[in-house]
Amino acid sequence: MKTENQRAWFFVLPVLLLVAFNALVPIMTVVNYSVQETFGNNVFFWQGLDWFEQILRSDRFQAALGRQFLFTFLILIIEVPLGIIIALSMPRKGIWVPVCLVLMALPMLIPWNVVGAMWNIFTLPKIGLLGYLMNDVLGIAYDMTQNPFAAWVTIIVMDVWHWTSLVVLLSYAGLVSIPDAYFQAAKIDGASPWKVFRYIQLPKMKTVLTIAILLRFMDSFNIYTEPFVLTGGGPGNSTTLLSIDLVKIALGQFDLGPAAAMSLIYFAITLLVSWLFYTLMTKDDAK
Amino acid sequence: MAKITLSNLRHSYMPNPKGPEDYALKKIDLSWDDGGAYALLGPSGCGKSTLLNIISGLLMPSEGKVLFDNNDVTQLPPDRRNIAQVFQFPVIYDTMTVRNNLAFPLRNRGMSETHIAARVAEIAAMLEVEEMLDTRAAHLSPDNKQKISMGRGLVRDDVNVVMFDEPLTVIDPHLKWKLRSKLKELHQRVRATMIYVTHDQTEALTFADQVIVMQDGEVVQIGTPVELFERPQHTFVGHFIGSPGMNVLRTEVREGSAFFQGHTVPLEGTISGNGGVTELGIRPEFVSLSDSGLPARIRNISDVGRHAVVEALVGDTPVKAIVEGELPEKGAAVHLDFRADQTRLYRDGWIATEAAS
Repeated sequence: MKTENQRAWFFVLPVLLLVAFNALVPIMTVVNYSVQETFGNNVFFWQGLDWFEQILRSDRFQAALGRQFLFTFLILIIEVPLGIIIALSMPRKGIWVPVCLVLMALPMLIPWNVVGAMWNIFTLPKIGLLGYLMNDVLGIAYDMTQNPFAAWVTIIVMDVWHWTSLVVLLSYAGLVSIPDAYFQAAKIDGASPWKVFRYIQLPKMKTVLTIAILLRFMDSFNIYTEPFVLTGGGPGNSTTLLSIDLVKIALGQFDLGPAAAMSLIYFAITLLVSWLFYTLMTKDDAK
Repeated sequence: MAKITLSNLRHSYMPNPKGPEDYALKKIDLSWDDGGAYALLGPSGCGKSTLLNIISGLLMPSEGKVLFDNNDVTQLPPDRRNIAQVFQFPVIYDTMTVRNNLAFPLRNRGMSETHIAARVAEIAAMLEVEEMLDTRAAHLSPDNKQKISMGRGLVRDDVNVVMFDEPLTVIDPHLKWKLRSKLKELHQRVRATMIYVTHDQTEALTFADQVIVMQDGEVVQIGTPVELFERPQHTFVGHFIGSPGMNVLRTEVREGSAFFQGHTVPLEGTISGNGGVTELGIRPEFVSLSDSGLPARIRNISDVGRHAVVEALVGDTPVKAIVEGELPEKGAAVHLDFRADQTRLYRDGWIATEAAS
């Protein structure tokens, strides 16, 4: 006989409360703002989907969204292959393994605003080591506070420096879990190094790489602190990514309605891309 | 295909081996005929996998040579030795279909597609995997994966030797038997030299024409399954092969006769050599309960189906006997009879009686 009771709910309740107060309630507040207009004094007017339409049509949002996709695309296309290459060239056993792992983990342990500040000082012309080297020693004009291209190069190099390790560590974990017999069998089968990578290492890394790409996509798509500290979105609006723009609208201009609508659109895009990617990558395994 | 000769082979995993205990393989001299089915049998850690990896080229021996048909291949990497090896755990290329898995070793060697198609079809027919040729290998069951691994080993028709490193470890017991007979059948069809490494005596004895028994990095005995069973050259072989293993009993030797617990025991032939630790070896199959003989007391009886294993104490030494038919009571006083032509003396582990001719 099967006995049923509802006691399990009590165990879930604390988590439910926690999630409600740190996620559901704030999000519902945002939803609330996104469909209303207010002039203060807690007086609200129903606005419908006007804010959403306004945001989606605005050039400013489209430009920020474009910059955001460009940024994420560039860092992924650099960090993923670079991370795999570094993971492949790391030793599989020996005393250098822990040394490599610690060195790899270091950048990820630094607080994000510190990363921004470090790179800011590092790259400033005259003051910073890199800025000085480029301008005064090598004679290449480099000033990320003035030149949009230099600013882009700097935020991308900074992100690569900060986060490639994540791809490296996850790929490495996937690589070391491959039994030696696979490599020995491949040797006996006469497989070239490229075929070993293509048919053994890459398939075995697929799951961890999916997670790595997903994490890097979400993190880079929502990136705020480091570029805010480094460039503040400038020069001009050249490095104003979505999150920076959002904060400008919400806290700079206090346009709560449009900012709320923009947040929800932003959230929906992140969710949609992550879901699409994950579904595509795990499609074959489902069978 | 080729005759394989191992000459003066030694291997140590340490950079500076000193005594013989530092060697995983201690001086191996062996030669294997073209087309034979061999088994390397021994407990875990006896050096059999090391030996296999040296033949396949995954490992360089510290000393000695590996010859294929009198060509020295000691320094050649695995892909240039033209050998095949099947591992303990099935190695398959997950993202490829079964067909591409089987074709992989041929494609890597630049064979023509018509030749590849013919070979793959032939091997698939032999292994009875034709209907799964177009499924992705990742979705197969473990025994089918191992079949595909074997298929990749057999697909090249010019290999010098096909080696199996405990290939049935991960296979369910009821499928083990099937795969094993499949292997035996394959050997008869392709006539390639095959070396089968295992610690399971049943696997070794059913697969091989010649079994090489190893212990502590040394070859203890080479022989047909019957030879290993009937006349073990070393007490280790007696112990290791047979279920239960051979009775090995401490024995005194005086004036050319063997005394076990104060009773003389007739042996198969004259005793050779002298000194050392002497032991009597007799298989439980050749110990019988009789009216006369060594007085003993039954300590334990375990019925294993077709027959029973009876353990009797002679003095303070347990002796096992295989008894069919009527069983004595536990604790009963009986007499044990050792069949003389199957009773041997071992000195320091090695056989020390001359064979009855």
